Amino acid sequence: MRKWIELGWRPLLVITLLFIVWEVCISFFDVPDWLLPAPSQIFGLMISDWTNYSHHVFSTVELVLIGFVIGSSVGVIVAISLHLVPFLKQSMYPLLILSQNIPVIVLAPLLVIWFGFGILPKIIVITLVCFFPIAIALLDGFRRTDRDLMHYMKMAGATKKQIFWKLEWPHALPSLFSGLKISATYSVMGAVISEWLGASEGIGVYMTLASSSFRTDRVFVAIFIIVALSLLFFLLIMWLEKMTIRWQASEEGDSHGTSRNS
Amino acid sequence: MEHLEIRDIQKSFGSNRVLDGVNFSTEKGEFVSLLGPSGSGKSTLFRMIGGISSPSSGDVLLEGNSIKNHPGSVSYTPQTPSLMPWRSILDNVLLGQEISGKKDEEMAAQMLERAGLSGFEQAYPHELSGGMKQRVSFIRSILSPQPLILLDEPFSALDEFTRTDMQKWLLSMWSEHQRSILFVTHNIEEAIFLSDRVIVLSQRPAKVIKEFEIPFERPRKEEILLSEEFLYMKKDIYQEMRSSHASANY
Ligand SMILES: Nc1ncnc2c1ncn2[C@@H]1O[C@H](COP(=O)(O)OP(=O)(O)OP(=O)(O)O)[C@@H](O)[C@H]1O
Ligand SMILES: [Mg+2]
Repeated sequence: MRKWIELGWRPLLVITLLFIVWEVCISFFDVPDWLLPAPSQIFGLMISDWTNYSHHVFSTVELVLIGFVIGSSVGVIVAISLHLVPFLKQSMYPLLILSQNIPVIVLAPLLVIWFGFGILPKIIVITLVCFFPIAIALLDGFRRTDRDLMHYMKMAGATKKQIFWKLEWPHALPSLFSGLKISATYSVMGAVISEWLGASEGIGVYMTLASSSFRTDRVFVAIFIIVALSLLFFLLIMWLEKMTIRWQASEEGDSHGTSRNS
Repeated sequence: MEHLEIRDIQKSFGSNRVLDGVNFSTEKGEFVSLLGPSGSGKSTLFRMIGGISSPSSGDVLLEGNSIKNHPGSVSYTPQTPSLMPWRSILDNVLLGQEISGKKDEEMAAQMLERAGLSGFEQAYPHELSGGMKQRVSFIRSILSPQPLILLDEPFSALDEFTRTDMQKWLLSMWSEHQRSILFVTHNIEEAIFLSDRVIVLSQRPAKVIKEFEIPFERPRKEEILLSEEFLYMKKDIYQEMRSSHASANY
């Protein structure tokens, strides 16, 4: 906990300073509310309006959680199958990259046409933005498996399955978590975009309503909530990583004291 | 009875001829060292004995059966300690047994204790020193069921004193567990001190230039390192290696 405070005070200070500058500028230049509200106003509204928008937040959180779990599972499955079947890797890798070149904004309305206004098109959007960083990071982790350990496993007569579960998978876990961290923040954006398409509730809906009625202050409330959610998800994954990967050397020590190459 | 037999092994990587007809054999329970300059193909030869790399020609026999391209027949300790960072020390030494089937945790814990590693069973490799990691790596080999152990320069990264301690420890483990050991090194003294026989390899492309029987009786004491006989032996081997080095065109 102390460590978190030690690490966290610098970014917190910067953000606080930023808010102060913002606040001062608003009153100094007398900027009207509908153009740019002051931070104090936004935070005030965040608290007073909570009962009005809380159901939007919960709905988005739920969507993000479902989408993230499905998206990362797809990412993990894609990575594992491409890794274990070289033919798939050769034929599918370019497609994987192609899938990221389709702008989600363009694809989203199409998905609504195909799948309606239910949860399915939203999950597809989140999955599309989520799976890629995970698949790429995990594939990279598999590829960089320690060569000496691989030789050891093979010489010991390990089967392909043993090599995967005892060596490649645990070796790739840190990479998996780098992918998960990126996807965690993407998934919040993905959820908001998917809500713009048409939904009955969610932060995306709240935001659309706010901007169409020129409630700039509410738009900012929505932005702040999105940022906070992204950060929260990121921290959650970081915590999970800490719980899962307990074997890494602390910052002071280095992990390979005597490694040398032939 | 011949335990391991290397028959006329040749290996090239593209136009790089690494092994040029290597021939030798070892007996059951014997401690044999392969002595050769850096880059002469010792690790390459080990990978072929381990069955994960195939020779351009020649054969590898273990107890009369070819183990060419047949992994799992020997126990191997790589040049770096190569422990799995995510496994505790105890789980690391059990890895070889895990792959081949049956685990014996009690035996493993006992061996760790004998190696001065008690209290570290649940530690992770990054918490250990280089010498400790080498011991763990070697215990992993001894605990594996295979009768022949390949050790690839296990002590080259250690300081002189730690190295001598480790050598004595290795000898005690070997005499206790009755395994055959094939040991790679480029340190002449180490090869003489440890082995029943030293096989000298030439520069790349490597061939066996000469074999030396080491007559010192066991158990060996550190003092023999300074005896006259030992120094003569060392000089003999040194000259043999030197002349092969000079004849290579570099
Ligand atoms: N997979 C490979 N592909 C191509 N060349 C290789 C490969 N493995 C080894 N070599 C070559 O084979 C030669 C011998 O390498 P090897 O690692 O067996 O030497 P070594 O005797 O173990 O040396 P050292 O004592 O430094 O460990 C080197 O010239 C190396 O470049
Ligand atoms: Mg080598």
